[in-house]
Amino acid sequence: MKRYSAFAVAREALTGHRGWERAWRRAQPKARYDVIIVGAGGHGLATAYYLGKRFGITNVAVLEKGWLGGGNTGRNTTIIRSNYLQDPSAAIYEKSRALYETLSQDLNYNVMFSPRGVMMLAQTEHEVRGYRRTAHANALQGVETRFITPAEVKKIVPIIRLEGPRYPVLGALWQARGGTARHDAVAWGYARACSAMGMDIIQQCEVTGIRRDGDRVTGVDTTKGAIACDKLGLVVAGHSGVLAQMAGFRLPIESVALQALVSEPIKPIMDCVVMANTVHGYMSQSDKGEMVIGGGADGYNNYTQRGSFHHVEETVRALIETFPMLSRLKMLRWWGGIVDMTGDRSPILSKTPLQNCFVNCGWGTGGFKAIPGSGWGFAELMAKGHAPLTDSFSLDRFREGRFIDESVAAGVAH
Amino acid sequence: MLILTCPCCGVAADEIELAPGGQAHIARRGPDSTDAAFEEYLFLRDNPRGVHFERWRHAMGCGKWFHAARCTATNEVFGTYPAQTTEPPQEIRDRIAERRTDQPKDSRA
Repeated sequence: MKRYSAFAVAREALTGHRGWERAWRRAQPKARYDVIIVGAGGHGLATAYYLGKRFGITNVAVLEKGWLGGGNTGRNTTIIRSNYLQDPSAAIYEKSRALYETLSQDLNYNVMFSPRGVMMLAQTEHEVRGYRRTAHANALQGVETRFITPAEVKKIVPIIRLEGPRYPVLGALWQARGGTARHDAVAWGYARACSAMGMDIIQQCEVTGIRRDGDRVTGVDTTKGAIACDKLGLVVAGHSGVLAQMAGFRLPIESVALQALVSEPIKPIMDCVVMANTVHGYMSQSDKGEMVIGGGADGYNNYTQRGSFHHVEETVRALIETFPMLSRLKMLRWWGGIVDMTGDRSPILSKTPLQNCFVNCGWGTGGFKAIPGSGWGFAELMAKGHAPLTDSFSLDRFREGRFIDESVAAGVAH
Repeated sequence: MLILTCPCCGVAADEIELAPGGQAHIARRGPDSTDAAFEEYLFLRDNPRGVHFERWRHAMGCGKWFHAARCTATNEVFGTYPAQTTEPPQEIRDRIAERRTDQPKDSRA
């Protein structure tokens, strides 16, 4: 792999840009791998990367039924934050946020991490109390957040209306080192680094069956033939239920559609992320100037990759209440992704009933922010059988009642 | 927009009139059940990409619960039926079998 640098750009500029290589090799499957990861999204690629980087396991294939980063990695609103209430969540999300800080240097690929600040508005008395509690919890967890006043909110986001028609802004939970990153670049950067370590990233290779010998996985059947493996990691977000069905176990997961939309590009008006969970909308401005908008997930099981219009209507209504100046803005693009929701709204990074099969899923509506931390922890779990970062997120927590209850802690949007 | 006919009041209701209630036909476990049985009852779901039997409430209409058979991959609706059943009626199963030769008659494993 040729390193990207200012020197490389200058050299290529002088030679007509003929020397650039493909970022990753186009691989065909071998007969056998030490580890197969199903799903070449952010979490799958990050897992493969840290398997190689931290544990020296490089005989790895990452299988992808569509194209790399074409699932939820390419469909989210790119928000990165770690202001969670529960200790296990704060640990994994803060590890993730911290890895994002230096990810561009680590991968030698510009993921455009922009710690522009994440503001979660408190618009009811209950939310004020909830976020004050979160700020205290975060102080103990070593996550830097603080509760700010409406005057500070207005100073940071001048376009906001503090006296909304339904809910006034009573304060906000502010995480100054939260922000956004370029979502595709995260997947591409990890893919390039994995390929450079000799791993095979095999696109348009759909897993159609999982081969078992008793309670051990021996390999997978794919549209490109059978591939054997010692360990299997399922990292397929919304389609986790489908893969689990192939493997012969059930998951505490329901898949629903989550939508997002972007406006036409406008001049810079807001240099942080604002989330309004009571009225239910969140927004940031991309580097191109588009307003990137997200809202609530649908309530019923869905694999159609398109959601219900009334949810978009609610989101837009919420944002116009909060930012009246946006009311004439035209929307350019609108899409949906299939997210995997668990009962306690926390992810599952776990062993499964099959000995050498591991599952990383249930990130629900907030997986993008967790990509580096999830990969870091899940790689350790796959390599060593346990990991401090992921042990609390095991599948048996549902049976044992050890929930990591973020559905209460985070209100709605993740 | 998803439209389901409420079998209780007969109204063809838009999804904005309806509240989704998740997977149908889950048996309530008794007090002597194991932790595993309660886990199954409370959390484990089929979540199929295909025919799904599910609960809905006609929240902005007659207020009654009912069941629907819907494909989660296409939103095709195979019919609705009253909630006072422990399994999908034969008529609904037949309709699914007629339209979906590739699908099992019952998505439950």
